Amino acid sequence: MIPTPDLSHLTKEDYKHVYEPAEDTFILLDALEQDADYLKSLNPRLCLEIGSGSGCVLSFLGAVLGSTSALYLGTDINIRAAQATVRTGLQNKVSTSALVTSLYEGLEQRIKHQVDVLVFNPPYVPTLEGEASVAQDGRDIAGAWAGGTDGMAITDQLLKNVGGMLSPRGVFYLVAVKQNDPEGICVRMRRTQGLDGEVILKRRAGGEFLHVLRFRRSE
Amino acid sequence: MVRLITHNLLACHVKGCDSNNFPLTFSDAEVEIRETEYNAEFLKGFFPKLEWKALVDSARQLGDVSLPETPPIDYDSNEEFLRALHHVLLEIHVQEGSMICPNCKHVYRIQSGIPNMLLAEHEVAGR
Repeated sequence: MIPTPDLSHLTKEDYKHVYEPAEDTFILLDALEQDADYLKSLNPRLCLEIGSGSGCVLSFLGAVLGSTSALYLGTDINIRAAQATVRTGLQNKVSTSALVTSLYEGLEQRIKHQVDVLVFNPPYVPTLEGEASVAQDGRDIAGAWAGGTDGMAITDQLLKNVGGMLSPRGVFYLVAVKQNDPEGICVRMRRTQGLDGEVILKRRAGGEFLHVLRFRRSE
Repeated sequence: MVRLITHNLLACHVKGCDSNNFPLTFSDAEVEIRETEYNAEFLKGFFPKLEWKALVDSARQLGDVSLPETPPIDYDSNEEFLRALHHVLLEIHVQEGSMICPNCKHVYRIQSGIPNMLLAEHEVAGR
């Protein structure tokens, strides 16, 4: 069993601005741990997490794969979150790198077919239409959860480019809730990105029905 | 911790700026060297993802001239080369400074080791 990363360096003050790991984070850790042997067999060298927040997931990935085995790169639109990503890496002896950016802007040109492990725990909570983009512009904690009408406003921006980012053996993990229509996401990803998707873990937590989806190229 | 491994993946993304927009040129860079564990398998595996000339030129901007203009044919078994690559990619940290687009001259700031790639609304390319 791989322990949850040490987050004792993060304070209440940090969590006013940076999303504190919760059930959606933990189901993603569980999914990555369940896939540990598979992930190691891919020999991934470039691991990218979009919206890396506290850095909990990226550090955990480093623990799964080995702290020096890959580049662990996180992006976040919130500068405090990007800083937390780096601090959590240091605390857990994984050298995580972080960028302040929206999704993967600035990386797009250079990571075509290069990303071996892509991870996104998006702002998936259904909100009023327009609330998602306002939350992103605020560059603070609301951007970690506000997801627009069906909770997919931000996720959809990433999904349309995943096929172009993944390396030939690349794999993509996505957190979603039932209202996001996980089966529908898989159908769309098959049609538009040529990626096979499946729900690899699901559980109810509080009022949410959480899913972890995994996508990879067709065999 | 902007290391050259990350810098090698960054290009200017200002709307309409789509040629000669890589690599970003360092300016006023404050460099720190931090030793880290050597992992030859990682270096060999990451090598094909690198833009070599950009890496060599950027390392030289930061005062490191240890990398050859063209990588050796035996790059994956040449330990002296891999050690130099390890140092350049992973041990040189730019803590403060800027990265400037060679084409449109947009300035991306680096603060506390974290590059800020966000653009103002009018600079963003259509998604």
